[in-house]
Amino acid sequence: MFQNEIAISVQGLKKSYKNVPVLAGVDFEVKKGSIFALLGPNGTGKTTIVKILTTLLKQDSGNATVNGFSVLSKPDNVRQSISLTGQFVAVDEILTGKENLVMIAKLRHLKNTSQVADELLKRFGLTDAANRRVSTYSGGMRRRLDIAMSLVGNPQLIFLDEPTTGLDPEVRIEFWQILKELANGGTTVFLTTQYLDEAEQLADRIAILHEGRIIANGTLAELKKLFPPAKVEYIEKQPTLEEIFLAIIGKKEEN
Amino acid sequence: METTKSYFFMDMSVMLGRSMRHIFRSMDTIVTVTIMPIALMLLFVYVLGGAIQIGTDHYVNYLLPGILLIAIANSVGYTCYRLFNDVQRGIFERFHSMPIARSAALWGHVLTSLISNAISVTVVILVALLMGFRSSAGILSWFAVAGILMLFTLALTWIAAIAGLSAKSVDGAIAIAYPIHFLPLISSAFVPTKSMPSGVRAFAENQPVTSIVEAIRSLLSNQPVGNEIWVALAWCGGITLVAYIFAMRVYKKRT
Repeated sequence: MFQNEIAISVQGLKKSYKNVPVLAGVDFEVKKGSIFALLGPNGTGKTTIVKILTTLLKQDSGNATVNGFSVLSKPDNVRQSISLTGQFVAVDEILTGKENLVMIAKLRHLKNTSQVADELLKRFGLTDAANRRVSTYSGGMRRRLDIAMSLVGNPQLIFLDEPTTGLDPEVRIEFWQILKELANGGTTVFLTTQYLDEAEQLADRIAILHEGRIIANGTLAELKKLFPPAKVEYIEKQPTLEEIFLAIIGKKEEN
Repeated sequence: METTKSYFFMDMSVMLGRSMRHIFRSMDTIVTVTIMPIALMLLFVYVLGGAIQIGTDHYVNYLLPGILLIAIANSVGYTCYRLFNDVQRGIFERFHSMPIARSAALWGHVLTSLISNAISVTVVILVALLMGFRSSAGILSWFAVAGILMLFTLALTWIAAIAGLSAKSVDGAIAIAYPIHFLPLISSAFVPTKSMPSGVRAFAENQPVTSIVEAIRSLLSNQPVGNEIWVALAWCGGITLVAYIFAMRVYKKRT
């Protein structure tokens, strides 16, 4: 791989909290324009990696570069080209949806901030709620606004820390669609998740974090090869609750 | 590349606009920082004032400095609460992963505290004028009063910042306001310290609020200020400096 095709490069990353090691030497690379999923159960250090890469936290040792800039020595340059959607919805409840977006656009020093906000509101189906205070929004609407705020100024690389936690299935699928469109447009997407199906649906590459190290890293096909070949079994497959839910919603919309 | 420093003031004004909106959209805040001190002033002047022997002209002239300090003490509780929310809800994380000066978010809150207090103090003074408050002070004395009040606001705001940034719960964040509320009660704000028993009197005469109240009272009534003003300034300056150092330390650690 050429250097300029790499969005994130991490080597030997270590981090401990009060002598409890969380990251014990993490290595991986993320190609520009790809969707990279970091998979692992809660408490394995996914958020710690995101915080280091977004300059919120300093590593104990090891190198991390984002868009060619070291997170330790060039944090300002890193922040220019990224955005973060954290684990918790970070929207201002007292402001309206539009005011939230305009605020971020101003902080990114964009011109015509109002237009930027209107476009994102439209894209995320929030135009009708634009001038309502966020405290009146539903959970799904807040998450959509949260993600819209991360896209202000079209950052080259977006970090999403468990973005679909707490979203209903319909919104989640909608959200996957948005991420795929972003990646098609050349944006690099780094996301953490604890849902296997999410990684499977979205990611070009999947890395599995376990006990502070990456224990597997590859495409879905490559990861599947690591396991014994699939056996063919015939079973009656019951629809999942999610499929039932979506079927009912689909019918309602047809009517 | 644009530098984050050159945008510091622009970014801070965005932060200021945001938290001023928080204040004007919160009836609770407006009531606590202006209506409550005014009610207290009405109560003391028209209900209790007749029984209080202060040996000067109109009681409102005696009372006003203490009421102003109470208004300021009430409002920094909200600064504390707003900071706590920004830390808890991940709003600071969002700001800190953006290309803006790291301290802009914190200074935005401090500036909001200064400006909102200037507004509420002005409103309280206007009401006092309606109630018969008169001052023979010249323009320089008024500037000195404004300066002392600003420094007092800064001192309390930085204490509130420590609490807001390090609190684990809303209750903990707000608890900081209680001792601050008590100080004006055990001072010369409402009655001269001469009437107090010796132990209480020793405390009242040596705590910051008494010297600040006395200094402002002397300035407003065009009396020689003597040492009080230097003691008042030393208290405010000292508290501001120590609280600022600790608040910055917590800020760097927490965010």
